[in-house]
Amino acid sequence: MDITFENVTYIYQQNTPFAHKAIQDLSFHIESGSIVAIIGHTGSGKSTLIQHLNGLSVPTEGEVRIGEYRLSQEHKPKDMKELRSRVGVVFQYPEHQLFEETVAKDIAFGPQNFGVPEAVIKERIKDVIPAVGLSESVLERSPFDLSGGQMRRVAIAGVLAVKPDVLVLDEPTAGLDPRGQKEIMDMFYRLHNEQDLTTVLVTHSMEDALKYADRILILNKGTKFMEGTPEEVFSQKEALQSVQLDVPEMVQFLNRFEEKFGQQIPFRNQSVEEIAQMIQQIIKELNQDE
Amino acid sequence: MNNALIIGQYVPGDSLVHRLDPRTKITIIFFFVFIVFLANNIASYTLLTVFALASMLTSRVPIRFIIKGLTPVWFLIVFTFILHLFVTKEGTVIAEFWIFEFYSGGLIQGIAISVRFFLLILVTSLLTLTTTPIEITDAIEDMLHPLNRFKFPVHELALMMSISLRFIPTLLQETDKISRAQASRGVDFKTGPVKDRIQAIVPLLVPLFVSAFKRAEELAMAMEARGYQGGEGRTKLRELKIERNDIFIFILFAFVIAGLFMTRTYG
Repeated sequence: MDITFENVTYIYQQNTPFAHKAIQDLSFHIESGSIVAIIGHTGSGKSTLIQHLNGLSVPTEGEVRIGEYRLSQEHKPKDMKELRSRVGVVFQYPEHQLFEETVAKDIAFGPQNFGVPEAVIKERIKDVIPAVGLSESVLERSPFDLSGGQMRRVAIAGVLAVKPDVLVLDEPTAGLDPRGQKEIMDMFYRLHNEQDLTTVLVTHSMEDALKYADRILILNKGTKFMEGTPEEVFSQKEALQSVQLDVPEMVQFLNRFEEKFGQQIPFRNQSVEEIAQMIQQIIKELNQDE
Repeated sequence: MNNALIIGQYVPGDSLVHRLDPRTKITIIFFFVFIVFLANNIASYTLLTVFALASMLTSRVPIRFIIKGLTPVWFLIVFTFILHLFVTKEGTVIAEFWIFEFYSGGLIQGIAISVRFFLLILVTSLLTLTTTPIEITDAIEDMLHPLNRFKFPVHELALMMSISLRFIPTLLQETDKISRAQASRGVDFKTGPVKDRIQAIVPLLVPLFVSAFKRAEELAMAMEARGYQGGEGRTKLRELKIERNDIFIFILFAFVIAGLFMTRTYG
């Protein structure tokens, strides 16, 4: 589903002394089937943005369009259920939302709410359990007996079992060890490709944004600071540093390389191997010159 | 999020009322609550109303905020007024309507009781609007201090109070977060039959309790790790101090009390 924000402003606790503008005049477009990374510091409006994607928040001004759904002050759909069944949100620390007695029941909770027949739910549980890298032996256990990483996978399975078209991920790797982080991200990337999802990834990790995203949106204090492909965004080191954001290690390395050897390798989102080959090439040329 | 929940909400500010020692505020309000019941004529009611409104204005808390805080009790005020109007049968008949007769005594009683209610709520909500919960607990701990002699665990009580106050916003936030997550999984908290809505609370409460217990355990562990061992010999970061303003307010309030005893009618 295509997602469009048009001049969206959102104000918390309007008309009280605590009124606070979380998003201001934000416009962008997410193409169906792409992965978009949203980057920004705490308080930049990322979480508020996410809540607009499945109707938890309705813009104070402006309009959000998700597929055929429209959200604005003039146009508030009464029943958000259908929209929510098509936009799956994996919140930060999703393991906190587990509550059922068994893993199987918890995964079935979402689909049940959206009126999926029991027989279909059984099938879906069978599908999602291996997809998130769990074994069927956990199905009858209590989710609270599992390890943190396993609980997170169960919670993710619960969102996937609804079979959404859009997957929204709010820092899905927070609090995991490096290996767990890579496993989870690779899992989402595989799911994105297998199921033709549109993925919105909120992250702090420039490496993840560089590796997985088709486009990057950088928020600063509730407004759009920058938008573009990873190459476009990460080639603007100074601008990023002005809002205290770093560039990925790869880009940092290329910059250092240029400083040291006076040779520029343009950044085009190459793999480590490609860069290694380019460096080899350059060194060969340098040697020949001498 | 909780727009209606204004009672007990602190509005930051730097007014005279904000800067008063919390013990001063609590003491004055404690006595004010008593003397409100002594007022019995226009002059004495006016005196107390002027005192309450003057405190409200000096606090510089936005008026619409105070009105909002009063919303849950408007109904009660109006209800007692009407009840008095219908039930009290003193004085002369001032109006007749169908089978009802309205007496002047009923009208006066009704107004008096409503004003009383209004003053009580205004002054007590002013306390919480201008004093942080921590200041209030500090003040209560200090004021209950003499009870220590009777082996009453004053410090522990104050600690329990400040911990629970401290975690109210955290729990509200957590509730908000979990209800968002469950709403995204298709739970409908707002519409549908009552039975369904009651059931919708389970997926909210279970995670909330789990995290509350986890937090309690972590907090206990952190306190122990830092060698916490109760009130004995403990010093404070924020010392409560009675200053010139407090003395001034006490004297002013003494005049109000004296004025009240002078203006009220006896016998």
